[in-house]
Amino acid sequence: MSDQITFTIDGVEVKGKAGQTIIQAADEAGIYIPRLCYHPELAPHGSCRVCTVIVNGKPQTACTQPIAEGMIVENNTEELKEHRRNLIDMLFIEGNHFCMFCERSGNCELQAVAYELGILSPKYPYLFPKKDVDSTHPDIFLDLNRCILCGRCVSASRDVDGKGVFEFAGRSIEKKITVNADKYLKDTSLAVTDRAADVCPVGTINKKRTAFTVPIGKRLYDKKPIGSEIEKRKNKK
Amino acid sequence: MSENTQAEIRQICQSCGNDRTRIMDIVLAVQQKYGNVGDEAMNLIAKCVNCRRAEVESVVSFYAFLSKKPKGKVVIRLCNDVVDKMAGLDAVAEEFKKQLNIDFGQTTPDGKITLEYTPCIGMCDQAPAAMINDEVITYLSTDKVKEIVADIKKHYDPSKLKHRLGDGNNADELVHSCVHNGIRKKGAVIFADYKHETGLKNALAMSPAEVINEVKTARLRGRGGAGFPTGMKWQFTRDAEGGKKFIVCNADEGEPGTFKDRVILTELADMLFEGMTIAGYAIGSENGILYLRAEYNYLRKLLEKILQERKDKNLLGKNVLGKNGFNFDIKIQMGAGAYICGEETALISSCEGLRGDPKTRPPFPAQKGYLGYPTAVNNVETLCCTARILEMGAAWFAEIGLSGNTGTKLLSIAGDCKLPGVYEFPFGIKVNDMLKEVGADDAQAVLIGGPSGQIIGSNDYNRSISYDDLATGGAVVVFGPERDIIEITAQYMEFFVEESCGYCTPCRVGNVLLKKYLDKILAGKGEPQDLDAMQQLGESIKVTSRCGLGQTSPNPVLTTLKNFRKIYESKVKKSADGMQPTFDIRKALKDAEAIANRNSVIFTK
Repeated sequence: MSDQITFTIDGVEVKGKAGQTIIQAADEAGIYIPRLCYHPELAPHGSCRVCTVIVNGKPQTACTQPIAEGMIVENNTEELKEHRRNLIDMLFIEGNHFCMFCERSGNCELQAVAYELGILSPKYPYLFPKKDVDSTHPDIFLDLNRCILCGRCVSASRDVDGKGVFEFAGRSIEKKITVNADKYLKDTSLAVTDRAADVCPVGTINKKRTAFTVPIGKRLYDKKPIGSEIEKRKNKK
Repeated sequence: MSENTQAEIRQICQSCGNDRTRIMDIVLAVQQKYGNVGDEAMNLIAKCVNCRRAEVESVVSFYAFLSKKPKGKVVIRLCNDVVDKMAGLDAVAEEFKKQLNIDFGQTTPDGKITLEYTPCIGMCDQAPAAMINDEVITYLSTDKVKEIVADIKKHYDPSKLKHRLGDGNNADELVHSCVHNGIRKKGAVIFADYKHETGLKNALAMSPAEVINEVKTARLRGRGGAGFPTGMKWQFTRDAEGGKKFIVCNADEGEPGTFKDRVILTELADMLFEGMTIAGYAIGSENGILYLRAEYNYLRKLLEKILQERKDKNLLGKNVLGKNGFNFDIKIQMGAGAYICGEETALISSCEGLRGDPKTRPPFPAQKGYLGYPTAVNNVETLCCTARILEMGAAWFAEIGLSGNTGTKLLSIAGDCKLPGVYEFPFGIKVNDMLKEVGADDAQAVLIGGPSGQIIGSNDYNRSISYDDLATGGAVVVFGPERDIIEITAQYMEFFVEESCGYCTPCRVGNVLLKKYLDKILAGKGEPQDLDAMQQLGESIKVTSRCGLGQTSPNPVLTTLKNFRKIYESKVKKSADGMQPTFDIRKALKDAEAIANRNSVIFTK
């Protein structure tokens, strides 16, 4: 096949298709590259930077970098793991995350990636910012204390639901998610069946009356660490 | 909102063709007219240009010169760059507060005057400086502040402020500013006399491929600091498929300490526009955009007049200079106060009427840039160099400077030196020689390339200005022996904290953390392990950031840690009792005590 591309990740040969990004080819090959903002159904955002890999000696995000013949990718190195831990730490301390009370605990991708990388508590000082909670919508509440600005809701609402309920506002450490209304989520066209209501990796977009329905021990990442569903593909091959 | 206001806003949108990609022009006009872009205005604009309200809000909330909350009719923006602080900013700031009886970030109770800080406005050689609406006022003193405030309170019209006029075109009636050019040293490429139209005529006598070849042979590299070969960039853009093509001039010089493009825009706009026209011919583009930083809005009318003159002379427009089939025009796109827009893909986003977020690469602008069309983004000085190369020939140009770093470099030099201003040196000049020329014999440190470059000490003064040694977009700041290097580093980090677009984690959060470490050290609470923590954090930010801002923002910390380590080591000490020196039990208890409505009887101190 002419559009097949062969490259290596940590010395392992990987075959992908032209037009794929590193993360797409790696996922198919059963190689897990830690990530947060990336969602396979949505356009890559490249904001969390957790999937940073070294491509032919240069740092690139695996979710945005197209594969090329003979490309040498480093993924599971001590140096990259340290950078990733630092990024995860930053995401924790810039928000207000209380895993023990959070309804997303056990199903949270941020928490799961942190555990996967061996983080038990962040090493940086907490910033304790003041963030908004919007519970005006009948079916969904928005808790910006836990937002990691991954942009999944922005793309899903715009590109999948065709609504554009969410958007980014502000800049620097003040950057936040805003809704397409003067003030409140209730004044947007968001519906609980929207894709945008389902893609949040953390506990920012929450469906009301669904919290704590799964007991501890049976939650998604209680059973298997994040990434194992990808690595399973490798064992099958 | 009154019907009249609604009609006016509709009119503004209509004058921009109700075009969603021109939201920047629309919101800037609304901001200027009403002092803010409020909820109703955002809803109306969204309706007119057929986009979502949240999209308008995402733009308005991004740029420093736009605001949802009402601002005064007069907005005083005092530049709080490091150099201004060195020149006595604090006293000037206090005087503004006293005269207006408000703090920074506030508006007078009558709603007429707003007082704010703003980062480097490109006036470091005449600091402290401020922008009062679009008027630039330089060499501020406490006496001058008294006069200005009294004067403004008479008419609330900054254009009526009395001041002396600067030199050259600063005195032109369309500019009417007190800024002076401060050209200290003229070199062969930029400041030597330029025979107008010669470069363009020579270019039009060649094929576009030959023009690109000429720029390649001259070995010209981008003057913004990264040093990418200009001919190669033009070649990529020319070769890219995609119908229309664009040439964009990056006149958003925002690197703290730089002001050399200000002087080119004031005095050499014709040469710049000629360079853009040559570039347009070379890459096969009919459209040029000059992205002008909001801080240089005072130059806009002059630039527009010069563009009109060039159209009248057929130096722009249809069949330029009779060259059949070569049509080229230039429009000015105003910025709205965002350092990040100096990054080429963020600049393109801004031109498209979006937040100034950098774009994901690939694709690169040469493949897919402005509105998806192949686009070459060049620095102001680079484009002037191309005009000169086409006038004098590649061989002439390549003889100047060093073999891998041909030509000259404009340096904006300010800080602790006798002769601040703009200097044109051939590439390869040693820092020592540069310091001698500017009258700085006792420099403790020199910032080369602005805070995104490096802060060097005397051990490195024998090094030279070039892409292979000390690369720079042109900002040089000299620090005398009495300056506090850590304090300066913290101030530069504060700048990056404010100017990060917030898109990616490391730049958005990491810079805040670096600043926190520096503040801890400055407060006398630093510990030895903080230095290693800063080093590691800085490296993570550099490696993982999405664009050039985050990839260079830790440089003030990393280069001072390397070059001034002894200063850091003298400021940190091991905690005597093994406890965290930053932990303040009183502060930690404050909120709980407020809720309980009583104070702890145990932890009283």
